[in-house]
Amino acid sequence: MTPIPQVAPLRPSPKLALNAGLVIFVVLYAAIAVVQPNYLEPGLFMNFLRRAAPLLILACGQLYVILTGGFDLSVGAVATLAVLAASILINGDPDATWAVLGTLYLMGIAVGLVNGLVVAFLKVPSIIATLGTMLLVNGLALAWSGGAARGDLPENFRNFGRLVWRDVWLIGSLPLAVVVLCGFVAIAWWGLNGTVYGKRALAVGDNPRAAELAGTPVAATRIIAFVVSSISAVTTGILLGGFSGVSVNAGEGLELQAIAACVVGGAQLLGGRGSIWSAVFGALSLFALFTLLNLMGLPQALRDSIQGAILIVAVGATMWRNRRRI
Amino acid sequence: MKLKIILAASVALACTGEALAQNFNDPAEFKKQREQLSMKPQGPEGKPWAQHLGDGMVDTAKYKKDGPVTLCFSNAGVFNPWRVVGLNNLNAEAELHKDRIKELVVVDAEGKDEKQISDIEALVSGGRCDALIVSPNTTAALTPAVEAACGKLPVIVFDRGVNTQCPVTYIHPVGGYGFGITSGEFIASKLAKGDNVLALRIMPGVDVLETRYSAAKTIFDEAGINVIGSEFTGSDRAKTKSIVEDYINRGEKIEAIWMDAGDTATAALEAFEDAGLPYPVISGEDQQDFLRKWQSEKLTAVGPSYPTYQWRTAIIAALDVLDGKQVPGPEWVLPQPAITEDVLAEFVDERMPPLHYSLCGCQELPGYPERWGGKK
Repeated sequence: MTPIPQVAPLRPSPKLALNAGLVIFVVLYAAIAVVQPNYLEPGLFMNFLRRAAPLLILACGQLYVILTGGFDLSVGAVATLAVLAASILINGDPDATWAVLGTLYLMGIAVGLVNGLVVAFLKVPSIIATLGTMLLVNGLALAWSGGAARGDLPENFRNFGRLVWRDVWLIGSLPLAVVVLCGFVAIAWWGLNGTVYGKRALAVGDNPRAAELAGTPVAATRIIAFVVSSISAVTTGILLGGFSGVSVNAGEGLELQAIAACVVGGAQLLGGRGSIWSAVFGALSLFALFTLLNLMGLPQALRDSIQGAILIVAVGATMWRNRRRI
Repeated sequence: MKLKIILAASVALACTGEALAQNFNDPAEFKKQREQLSMKPQGPEGKPWAQHLGDGMVDTAKYKKDGPVTLCFSNAGVFNPWRVVGLNNLNAEAELHKDRIKELVVVDAEGKDEKQISDIEALVSGGRCDALIVSPNTTAALTPAVEAACGKLPVIVFDRGVNTQCPVTYIHPVGGYGFGITSGEFIASKLAKGDNVLALRIMPGVDVLETRYSAAKTIFDEAGINVIGSEFTGSDRAKTKSIVEDYINRGEKIEAIWMDAGDTATAALEAFEDAGLPYPVISGEDQQDFLRKWQSEKLTAVGPSYPTYQWRTAIIAALDVLDGKQVPGPEWVLPQPAITEDVLAEFVDERMPPLHYSLCGCQELPGYPERWGGKK
């Protein structure tokens, strides 16, 4: 009999998870403040949060899937579909907004269920399964919209991305998107820490076979993760649509940014380690990086390359740290 | 060492910039289009689609054909809202001449050169067509196919041209330089020397768009206006808005926005609204959403155009040729009006969809506004 290896703790100590992303974020934001001191004003910080909100929410959803040991590549496509579907279904009629919001979430849940069922029961690796749904959803969105922005989003839908309450006590201004963001993060935190689900997700991600033998409902845990991820994608889509209106490539590339955010924040690819703060601070760090590169006034092409290089370094460093810890 | 690399890189960039600029910055063409913009058009008053600039006419008596005719149209595609509006114009214009047109055959090349080449060959060899209208997908690739067609039947080309003189006439508005001149001069007239303008462009390397920018840039340089950035939006609202917001967050003052196409103009303006800043001077285009915003917010704006009514002209020209009437040629240059403050109210139409091109000349055509996606 070989000795039973030391198992990694099911839940990492919150302090360690905080350290990874938070430190990077604080450093990057300090750099932003050096380049452009007015970013320290509450108004611009709120604006920063507002613009980072879609990525943050998407990262929180993605984290659920990453914890269980998978990837969800379909989220960008689902966000795009949400924007296009909203504009076509609402078509400028403010009375239709709330009903359509419900429809969007149903569509999101359906995509999440398909992802989850395929991964849990057909045992397709999630990266392939969600690549498939990504193409499927993108194709559907393209066919439905004819590839061009159609329809119109009314004011009450746009408010999710645009409404800002001014003269708020202490913080000056408060965008609705930031309220949505805080709400979503709180619910996502509760799901992982306030219910038994968090422990199950970590167990499944760490070692699915062991988790199954220990009586964890592996299939259900995975399916729920994909549904949460799709719900986050729909929420992201609503904010993106609210922010800038109809766009046929609203969610393009967001899936990889969300995965990168989780990893920068210290979540472990292929599961078993991470907390909601990995997603939150990872996404904030990533968005701070985008902002910093923009403020330095670099041309787009150079910005993309630097972004890629820094991502590789950040993810590499996190992985290296994790390996040492084991 | 670092300095050397930067120097080398900037020299290299400057050289490529120069090479590109030469292709799309032709001073003679700039001058010609500037003159055409101020020329008085000939032809029926108030019907710009039937008017023309300059005096050249071509004789078409040899193409005369009596009785009902079949017109064939090889379309590059309907891949953007401009072409959707245009195709509706063309169909509606054809409907006006029901008694003369037996059939209008429209073939869509879906944006592919090879498909359009085989489309044209099929139309010509089919023997049904009395005249062929072509809106080429790209200039060079379609030239041989158009040349082959010229031998068999009268050909009319519009929008993008071909590298041959064989079509009876080539219909087009003044052009890209004209667009850039109208918008550039307007912005230059509203700004002071040293003010900042942000240029938002769809994509690099497209001749009709590059010439718009090169013309505007020439005017800005002459007026001492500072172009703080020239960014590509991919015609995407989300990208446009974030680009403008990025510039605003950099703390740079933006006195004006210049655009090479107006479909994302309202997104650019929203960035100013969200930042709580006053609106900049802006040049957009003739899309409804921009015009409505302009009217409701009392913007300082101009809407140059690349008018979609040229799609009507194509049908008119084909019928004139088959009637044996003289038509403007070998180039039929259409007037290229801009929407200004004074005429804004005439073009705002709440019934129309946001991306409807208002200088369609289609208000009197059968099926307006539903055919163009408007509400009754």
